[in-house]
Amino acid sequence: MTQQPYSKPLPTPQPESDFYWEKTREHELWLRSCNDCNQAYFYPRDLCPDCFSRNTTWVQASGRGTLHTFAIVHRAPTPAFRDDAPFVVAIVDLEEGPRMPTNLVDVEPDPSAIHVGMPVEVVFDDVTEEITLPKFKPAG
Amino acid sequence: MADLSRTAAIVGVAESDEIGTVPNKSSLQHHMEAAANALDDAGLSKSDVDGLFTAGYSTYATGDYLGIKPRFTDSTTVGGSSFIIHIAHAIAAINAGWCEVALITHGQAGRSNRAPQPADPSLPTLQYEIPYGFIGQPINYAMGATRYMHQYGEDRTRQALAEIAVSTRKWALMNPKAAMKDPMSFDDYHNSRWIAWPFHLFDCCLVTDAGAAVVVTSAERARSAKKPPVWVLGAAESHDHLGISTMPDLTSTVSRHTGPAALGMAGLTHSDIDLAMIYDSFTYTVLITLEGLGFCGPGEGPDFVAGQRTAPGGDFPMNTSGGGLSYTHPGMYGIFLIIEAVRQLRGECGERQVPDCGISLVNGTGGALSSTGTVVLARD
Repeated sequence: MTQQPYSKPLPTPQPESDFYWEKTREHELWLRSCNDCNQAYFYPRDLCPDCFSRNTTWVQASGRGTLHTFAIVHRAPTPAFRDDAPFVVAIVDLEEGPRMPTNLVDVEPDPSAIHVGMPVEVVFDDVTEEITLPKFKPAG
Repeated sequence: MADLSRTAAIVGVAESDEIGTVPNKSSLQHHMEAAANALDDAGLSKSDVDGLFTAGYSTYATGDYLGIKPRFTDSTTVGGSSFIIHIAHAIAAINAGWCEVALITHGQAGRSNRAPQPADPSLPTLQYEIPYGFIGQPINYAMGATRYMHQYGEDRTRQALAEIAVSTRKWALMNPKAAMKDPMSFDDYHNSRWIAWPFHLFDCCLVTDAGAAVVVTSAERARSAKKPPVWVLGAAESHDHLGISTMPDLTSTVSRHTGPAALGMAGLTHSDIDLAMIYDSFTYTVLITLEGLGFCGPGEGPDFVAGQRTAPGGDFPMNTSGGGLSYTHPGMYGIFLIIEAVRQLRGECGERQVPDCGISLVNGTGGALSSTGTVVLARD
């Protein structure tokens, strides 16, 4: 059986995010973190959005977090998402502090099965040879 | 800060010739029609215009199309609230002497546009949100509503969203220009299909083709306008994020800053407001904007809108045009809030006229609950 080519939108890595996408391809989740205020932040950029310090570094995230919020998409926003609907868009509070946008997978797309605050853990979806999207599933 | 309250007035407002489903008009045609209609409403001509404002498009494009060479130009684009923010900028420019007659235009073939605008892939939203399907505001705002339900209770939130959808439709039935012509019951709301849980179809605004324009001028020029001036008493603007995933608090927009600031500039309090025009991209937008503006406290919105209080005959008239939910919403809607407020303050609204409407608060929200602009408007 031939696999359909991936037709959903893909990120275009940028100079400040090449490292992030290289690491997701290795199934690791890395965050930028401020050396001055010791806070990790999302999305990756060369400046702490809290204290404006440019003294920043990369840290590996545990991949654990809790569900900050979600929605269950019934009407696919573009034709490429039609086969996925209903699917779950989510924002996760990472253990290290920052929030990140994602999909919640391996779960029934039903509000009775999903709860704000539920523990979640990262899984890596190799959507193309170049791009791996970090997604989250209910923690085992 | 200089006291700019009541130093400039809105003297002309209009939509484009036809709004709703208009497959034979481009976005710039809607700009043009609305500009011509608003200048006519003001009793002014193109040669009077020396300040040009728009959003979405650059004023390069609208100035070229309309044949206007402004000496003040402003293409501030922060989503659907932009046009309300333009009012604030127009007051400042007029008082600084940089222009005297400000023309704000909008046109958007939101429904019939032949090609969507391409987006810049270096934007963080394109990199980190879009690949997951965070595409279109129903999905983004729905995540806000889920968070609100978690904090303040799902059932009472659901009832509040229904109250807003149903009351807004009642107003639309009294506006001949409204797209939606049929009554909506609570059952109709609850039975409408899911778009992105927790949003039903009837939690979401329309997608229409429409244009609109507003003319703002100095106090002196306003005195000789064709119709009674509508004074700008207060104005404020802000934004605090781009995509929904970087919104600091998904249950609170920066209306919490712009509402008190605009009321403070006007020297008024909430009880002075006769008409609230609150951007209803979604039912949820209204709920948290009423809280942000300070009409009620955080989590108190469901009690505030209970019992069809915002409907015709209720003691808190809101979105009397029928709103983005039931009148029109081409993608960026904020300028239409101003049009309805001005018409109500002039007493032009016929069947839906709010009695003794002297002061209106208008609040626009843009992006993914990202920006707000608030103005307080009053008749003489």
